[in-house]
Amino acid sequence: MAYLELEGIAKQFGAQTVVDDFSLAVGKGEFISFLGPSGCGKTTTLQMIAGFLDPTRGAIRLEGKDLTAIHPAKRGLGIVFQSYALFPHMTAAENVAFGLEMRKVARSERAERVRAALAMVGLAGYEDRHPRRMSGGQQQRVALARALVIKPSVLLLDEPLSNLDAKLREEMQIELRQIQRTIDTTTILVTHDQNEAMSLSDRIVVMSQGRIEQIGTPQETYEKPASAFVSQFLGKTNDFAATIDRTSAPARLIAGSWSAPAPAGLSGPVTVSIRPERIGFGDTGLGAKIITRIFQGNHWLFQCDSECGPATVIRQNDGERQPVEGEAVRLVWRPEDMGVRGGASA
Amino acid sequence: MSRNGPLALIFHTIFVIVMVSPILVVCLVAFTPEGFLSLPTNGFSLRWFRAIANYPEFIHAFWISLGLGALSSFVAMLFAVPAALAIARYRFRGRDALAALFLSPLMIPHVVLGIAFLRFFTSAGLGGSFAALIIAHVIIVFPFALRLTLAAATGMDLSVEMAAVSLGAGGWTLFRRVTLPLILPGVISGWALAFIQSFDDLTMTVFLAAPGTETLPVRMFLYIQDNIDPLVTSVSACVIAITMTALILLDRFYGLDRVLAGKGDTGR
Amino acid sequence: MSVAAEERNARAPWALSAPALMLFVGVLLIPLAMTVMLSFHDWGQYKGIEPVFILKNWHEIVTDPYYAEMFWRTFRIAILTTLLTAVLGAPEAYILNRMSGRWKSVFLLVILGPLLISVVARTLGWALLFGGNNGLVNKLLMSAGLIRAPIPFMFTETGMVVALAHVMMPFMVLSVWAALQRLDPQIENAALSLGAGPVTIIRRIIMPQIMPGVLSGAIIVFSLSASAFATPAIIGGRRLKVAATLAYDEFLNTLNWPLGAAVATLLLAALVLIVVGSNALIERRYAEVFR
Repeated sequence: MAYLELEGIAKQFGAQTVVDDFSLAVGKGEFISFLGPSGCGKTTTLQMIAGFLDPTRGAIRLEGKDLTAIHPAKRGLGIVFQSYALFPHMTAAENVAFGLEMRKVARSERAERVRAALAMVGLAGYEDRHPRRMSGGQQQRVALARALVIKPSVLLLDEPLSNLDAKLREEMQIELRQIQRTIDTTTILVTHDQNEAMSLSDRIVVMSQGRIEQIGTPQETYEKPASAFVSQFLGKTNDFAATIDRTSAPARLIAGSWSAPAPAGLSGPVTVSIRPERIGFGDTGLGAKIITRIFQGNHWLFQCDSECGPATVIRQNDGERQPVEGEAVRLVWRPEDMGVRGGASA
Repeated sequence: MSRNGPLALIFHTIFVIVMVSPILVVCLVAFTPEGFLSLPTNGFSLRWFRAIANYPEFIHAFWISLGLGALSSFVAMLFAVPAALAIARYRFRGRDALAALFLSPLMIPHVVLGIAFLRFFTSAGLGGSFAALIIAHVIIVFPFALRLTLAAATGMDLSVEMAAVSLGAGGWTLFRRVTLPLILPGVISGWALAFIQSFDDLTMTVFLAAPGTETLPVRMFLYIQDNIDPLVTSVSACVIAITMTALILLDRFYGLDRVLAGKGDTGR
Repeated sequence: MSVAAEERNARAPWALSAPALMLFVGVLLIPLAMTVMLSFHDWGQYKGIEPVFILKNWHEIVTDPYYAEMFWRTFRIAILTTLLTAVLGAPEAYILNRMSGRWKSVFLLVILGPLLISVVARTLGWALLFGGNNGLVNKLLMSAGLIRAPIPFMFTETGMVVALAHVMMPFMVLSVWAALQRLDPQIENAALSLGAGPVTIIRRIIMPQIMPGVLSGAIIVFSLSASAFATPAIIGGRRLKVAATLAYDEFLNTLNWPLGAAVATLLLAALVLIVVGSNALIERRYAEVFR
C-alpha cells in the first residue's frame, strides 16, 4: 500500500482551475519531485498536502488515513519554505526547538534533539545565532533542521534551494540527498529546476498547467518523454517533422535525407525528437549547415540549419576534429535514441 | 478571501465605525434644517452651506489658506529639490546631520515652532504678516517636500544620468531633460502632501495669524472657541470634501500608501 | 577620479543644499535660540518684556505645583492615548493585513485617510458626539447597557484621551502595518506546520516581530499627543490646561511671553529627551535581531 496517496486532487480559485485530476502514490522513504514551470500548480499541490489550502475535489491519505480532515497544525509534516520563514526573533536553536515545544517534549530531551538536528545539518556551534546574522546557506540549514527535528512523516520542500547561488546550490543538493538517505524520510520537493529534480529524486512528477504530464524515474522522463512538453522542459531537444512512408516495403521513417526503418503501427506525418548529445556527424543523414559553434569546455555546442529546420548538436570534446562554422554536415542518430510522436495508427 | 475570524471582523467593524463616525457626524449635522446642532432627521437642507456666504471672514480665510498652502509648498520645493539631490547622490561628512536638520520640523512640537516664529517675526517687524506665514509654513512643510523628493531621487537609476552625460548633456540641460522628469512624480506628490499639511495646520499658525491673515483652520478654531453651531459644521464639511478630493487625486497619481508610509515613520 | 573631480564632488552637495541650509539656520535655529533666551527674560504687567538674564520663570515653573500638575496631566493624557492606540491599533493593523487585496486598500484608505483631514474638523466631530451628558456616545453606551449613568466627556481628560486617540490612531496603524509588511508571508504557515495554534502564533511569532513597530508608533503618538493643541483646546476648554494650551494662553491672553517660552522650552526638552532616549533603547534592544 502506498504511504502517501493523492487521489484525483483538484483545486479551483473561483472559475480558475489551478490543479486538476492529480493522482499520485508515494512509497515510504521515497523522494519525489514536482517539476514544472511557475504557475503549473506544483506549489498549490504541496500546500494542499501541508493543509494550507483545502482541495476542491479529491482525497489525500497518509497511511490510509484521510489527511484533509486533520488540522495543518496536527498533520506532523515538516516543511522547508522557499523563503525559509525562520522566526527572526529567535536564535537558531530556538527556531529548531519550537516544534518540539509545541509537542511538549521535555526540556532535556528537547535540548538534545535540537543539538543533534543542528549537528546533522552541519551547524554545530551556531545555536545562539539569530537568522539575520547567518548566510543564506546557513539559514537554509536551520530551516531544514527545524523541519526534520519533529521527525515528520513527510518532508515537504518548497523550492528550498532557489535562493542560493549556483555553487552552494550544488553542495546543498548533495547534502540534502545524503541527509534524506540517512534518515529515510518520505520527501516531496517542489522545483522548477530540472537538474535539481533529476539529481535528487527517485521519481519525478512533471506538471504543466495544473496537470500531470508524466510520472517516472529521472531517466525515464528524460529518455522517454511522454509528451512534447516533457521533452522540451527536461533539457534541450530537437523536434523534426518526419513522415512514415508505408508505400515502400519495408516501411520507412523519413526526415529530409535521413531515413530509418519505420516503427510498427504508425503512419503519416509524425514528429521525431532527439537529444542534442545523441546526434553525431556522419557521411549520410540529415543535411545541415553549421551556423555557430560554441566551445563550452568539456563539450562543443553547434547550432545548425538543417533540412528540417534549426537543430542543436552537442559533441564531447574528445580531441577529434570538429566541423567549423559554415561547413556542410550530415546529422545522424540511432533510431533507438529517438522518440516518435503523433501519426495515425496503421 | 479573508482569513479573519468572526471575532476579528466584529472588532474591525467597530473600529472602522469609530474611526469614521466623528467625520461622518460633522458632515451630517452640516445638512441640518434646524437652527441648532442636530442630526438632519427632518430632511436635508443646504441652509448652513448658504449661510457661509454671509460670513465673509470664512471665505477670506479660505483664500488665505489656499494661497498660503500653494505658495509655501512651491517655495519649499524650490529649496527641497536640490537638497534632496545632494542627500540622495552624495556621501559626505555631515550628510546625516543635514538630513536630520531638514527633517527636524517633524520632531519639534508645532506649539514651540509657533512661539519661536512669533518671537522671531515680531522682532523682525513682520508680526502677523502674510510673508511671515509663508516663511513659517515653508519650514513646517519642508520635511514632507524633502522626503518624497528624496524617495524619488534615491529610487532613480543613476546610470540613466550617466547615459545622458555620455551623450553630451550636462548641468541645467541634464537636470531639466533627464533628472527632473524622472523625479517628477515624487516632486508633485511631495508638493501635494506639503499643501495638505500647510492647509491643515492650526497649532503653529494660530500664533502667527492676525485679523486679515487668519487661515481657515484658525478662523474655525477661534469660532469654535466661542460657540459651536451648525455653521462651523458646514465649513468643516467643505474642508473635508476638499481634502478628500486631494486625497483621491493623490492616491490615483502616486498611491496613498506610499505617501503615507513615508509620513508614518517619524510623524508630524 | 581626478583630484579636481574629487574636489568638485566634495563641494557639490554643499552647494546644492546651501539655500535650504541657510533657510533653516536663519528662520529655524535662530528663532528657536531666541525662544530659549526669551525664557530667561523678565516680564511685568506694565513694563512688558525686559531683556535681562534671570531664572524667575524657571523658578516659578519648578516651584509652583500648578505647573507640575499641568505637565503631569499632559504626560498622563499622552501615555493613556498611546496605550489606547497601541491596544486597538495593533490588532486592527493585523486584521487589515490579513484581508484580501481590494478590501485591504479600501479600509487602509478609510483608516489612514483621516490623517490628512483637518484636526479641527475631526475634533469638532467628537465634540458633537460627546455633546454634554446626552450626547450620541453616551446614548449609545447606555442603550447597549455598557454604562448606567452618562460619562462626562466634554471638558474631561477622558474625552481628551478618546479624541486624541482617534486623531493619533492612523500613526499607530501605519507603524504596525509597516512592521507587518516586513514579516515573511509564510511565517504563520511555518509555525502552523510545526504544530502551533492561533493563540501561540500571535503570542510567540507575530507579537515579538511587530513589537518594534508598536514601539516606534508609540513614540510618534506619545510625542504628538504630549504637544497636541487643537484637540485639548476644543475638548478640554479653557479650564483643563495641557502644556500646549497653557503656552498659548501665556502668549496670546496673559501676554507673559517669557513664561510661555519657558513652558515651551521645557516641553521641547522633555520630548527630545524621551524620544531620543526611547529610540536608543529600542535600537539597542533589537539590534541583534533586526539590524
